[in-house]
Amino acid sequence: MSRQHIPLITELPLVIWLVIVWGALWQDFGPGNLVFGAVIAYAVVNFFYLPPVELTGRFNVLWVVPFLGRFLLQLVTASVEVFWLAVSKGPKLRNAVVAVELRSHSDFLVTATGHALSLIPGSLVLEVDRSTSTLYLHCLNVASEEDAEVIRRDVRATEAWLIRIMGTRADFAALRAEEALP
Amino acid sequence: MLQDVVVSVLLIAGALMSLAAGVGLVRFPDLLSRMHAATKPQVLGLLLFLLALAVENGTWLLVPLLVLCWVFQLLTSPVSAHMVGRAGYRTRHLRRDLLTLDELDDVVARAAGEGAPEDRRPPRQGGHPGRAVPRGDSGVPEA
Repeated sequence: MSRQHIPLITELPLVIWLVIVWGALWQDFGPGNLVFGAVIAYAVVNFFYLPPVELTGRFNVLWVVPFLGRFLLQLVTASVEVFWLAVSKGPKLRNAVVAVELRSHSDFLVTATGHALSLIPGSLVLEVDRSTSTLYLHCLNVASEEDAEVIRRDVRATEAWLIRIMGTRADFAALRAEEALP
Repeated sequence: MLQDVVVSVLLIAGALMSLAAGVGLVRFPDLLSRMHAATKPQVLGLLLFLLALAVENGTWLLVPLLVLCWVFQLLTSPVSAHMVGRAGYRTRHLRRDLLTLDELDDVVARAAGEGAPEDRRPPRQGGHPGRAVPRGDSGVPEA
């Protein structure tokens, strides 16, 4: 059983994440505990083998804060909206399955976009087409083609934010070019 | 005093989100719309509960643990929602009369070809469940 050797640099984000989890669970961020956690994390990462996640090589922290703000705002408004729909419309609700084609072809980014969308109430990823990176979303309260168009624009805006944070250089350049157009 | 007020407001708001989930489960018409109500308001609901805990507890040492709770919910809840939604769509546990448009159905119909087998579910060939249905580009005859 031969397995592909993964260089330490690829494993590093996972190891750091596991050390943070370890520290949080023990509620102790002292150096001794962290070093012991790092040893365990390294052992776990090598013992329980996972295929490496292909990151995109870019990560811009500056865009994370406005993205989180936008995400929380959407979370609150959409949660209240779903509550209101449940009370006011209930069984008379009209839904739709909307296809949205994304710009990026990176698996990582498509997953991140689908994840962010699924967390916000009112949209749910039903199916993903990897070959064209198209997401099929089930959306609450879509009465017309215009509503679907609003959703498509919104999804592509979410993707644009994620590209700014951690898209590949090529995707980021393409996004810049797209924004430069009038 | 102020702390108590903040904590109670957060707890009540969190509980309201649970109520939203309950009302949605009863009132919404089909599986997929109920999925929205059952899973989504709780993302915010749990955040409010955890915030209440953090304010009540008042020590910083608990905060990473609470953040971890929320992060794990953020990581897992869309996956379960996706799996249930996908299975529900494929086994046709949804009411098509409630959909204003269904762009996945067109793709599935095209992939099934003009032979139009009575069962639209794709054959399971194991391995890559994530790319099973909508592949209209893989040499499938156009309908």
